[in-house]
Amino acid sequence: MSCPDRIRFADDVRTGKASATAHAQATLERVRAANTRLNAYNEVLEESCLAQAAAVDADAGPKRKGLLAGVTVAIKDNIATAVGHTTCSSRMLKNYRSPYEATVVTKLAEAGAVVVGKTNLDEFAMGSSTENSAFGPSKNPWDTSRVPGGSSGGSAVAVAAGLCDVALGSDTGGSIRQPASLCGIVGLKPTYGRVSRYGLVAFGSSLDQIGPLTQTVRDSAAVLQVIAGHDPRDSTSADIPVDDYLGELDVPVRGLRVGIPAEYLSDANDPRVNTAVREAAEVYRKLGATIVEGIHLPLTDIGISTYYVIAPAEASSNLARFDGIRYGHRAELAAGEDLFDLYAKSRAEGFGPEVQRRIMIGTYVLSSGYYDAYYKRALQVRRLIKDEFDRAFERCDILLGPTAPTPAFSMGGKSDPLAMYLCDVYTVNTNIAGIPGISIQGGMAKENGVELPIGLQLQAKPFAESLLLRAARMFETATLWHTMKPSV
Amino acid sequence: MTSGSGHSGADAHESGGLDLDAVRHVAKLARLRLSESDVERYCGQLRSILGHISKLNEVDVGDVEPMAHPLPLNNRLAEDVPSESMPLEHLLRNAPATEGRYLAVPKVLADAGGA
Repeated sequence: MSCPDRIRFADDVRTGKASATAHAQATLERVRAANTRLNAYNEVLEESCLAQAAAVDADAGPKRKGLLAGVTVAIKDNIATAVGHTTCSSRMLKNYRSPYEATVVTKLAEAGAVVVGKTNLDEFAMGSSTENSAFGPSKNPWDTSRVPGGSSGGSAVAVAAGLCDVALGSDTGGSIRQPASLCGIVGLKPTYGRVSRYGLVAFGSSLDQIGPLTQTVRDSAAVLQVIAGHDPRDSTSADIPVDDYLGELDVPVRGLRVGIPAEYLSDANDPRVNTAVREAAEVYRKLGATIVEGIHLPLTDIGISTYYVIAPAEASSNLARFDGIRYGHRAELAAGEDLFDLYAKSRAEGFGPEVQRRIMIGTYVLSSGYYDAYYKRALQVRRLIKDEFDRAFERCDILLGPTAPTPAFSMGGKSDPLAMYLCDVYTVNTNIAGIPGISIQGGMAKENGVELPIGLQLQAKPFAESLLLRAARMFETATLWHTMKPSV
Repeated sequence: MTSGSGHSGADAHESGGLDLDAVRHVAKLARLRLSESDVERYCGQLRSILGHISKLNEVDVGDVEPMAHPLPLNNRLAEDVPSESMPLEHLLRNAPATEGRYLAVPKVLADAGGA
């Protein structure tokens, strides 16, 4: 088959062999044909997409020569774009048009990328299935009766179904990696601070990172190359030089030390997931890597409890800005109702149930009398989790395990909120510690006659994205999982 | 990794402590107007979630320094140079109600007596 790297298209645009406009038109056509069924996009930006493509074709300078010249990109709808809406898949922001653009969107355009549209998500990125979207769930292209994961489900579906070349998502507790796993693609959460959050609608400010969802590791490296770096507009973006991810990608890591924490191979996982992890270890061993024995992360399970204090606490503060005054939904007031009613009604009408739940959890754990017992304690456990990772990384370079405990589950299959939260057991600690993690496809499982992808997660030390991508690329060169595609 | 110690403040960890009145109170603090059926539904769900969260109590945290953020944060001071502001009309474009150059809100002060 042809090379699966989508960024190869940029080579042809740069040399004048391919037209960005024709490519954008073909992409828009596929979106028109498939989006009603898959609900990947909240909004297709046809006009600006074609204008951007035409500008790339007409440019003799940086856009035409850019790393992503003519490459079509989908943007998660909680990342601000100057065109179209930025809704967060919420009734609260249904009509919101951002007055400014996220730094990552500007950087993509400068590199010649062409934005196709805004993708669906769990409302305000809170969820693991995209079922919490105010605009209806996205569908998993491998089996449309199943969820694509979340919260960046729309971006994952768009990439997996070929409705764009690459996409951006955001990851607060697994929201890039888990949908990548469930849709059989590559999803990278960079180190906290590696990518500017300017223009990302804040959910958990000490946890959120923007990252790429792509079909291959090379595409992931290329997008990260473009979006990484310090941004004066985000004081939490790290002022640390960006490595040459693409240039180093095909250099295998000599003497790679791979650790598989015993806790990651839990009996609670689908057994086929554990098999895929063991087989991946074998692939690495054959590639010359050392599988380090006796790696333990005993705080793995406590991650969900820690996360569901910290993330809702930060969310309840961040979402306080939605008060119906300056922007967002404003409720109609009845006679005699006052400003308090305006706030409380607007927020009750504008936010869906999961967002309301998390605001209440956050408000509760931060409220007088409970702060020390919940919030402070969670921050103490957070440090213990970080310390545990630090110790593991003294003995190994990457940690290998499953991204999610199971393949894609059925729509409506996890109606209990807590059951949904537990899907993220292997991904939340990455955010809690602020380290980078990537999900790559590492197996398939047959469910009722339908093939479903299984994702593997690799994690590394802070700012070790180059090593992480190289390790992921090593696996990709030795296997064919990444070439498997759903029939759309 | 866990121990039975560190049960100070254990009362707060009892999810059973969350009753309907507590949910109403939290909803008020969070500025969410809930129906009575919402309050009942959320009460059960929040109890179950807080019950899971209370496992934090099983971790011996000793006197570990809380970690609020993954990066060591320092204040970054910008040069005190004025830069271009966003045009007012762009900012007001999303406002649910405006009057001229202003955001319109319901009357906050009573006509007489005042609150």
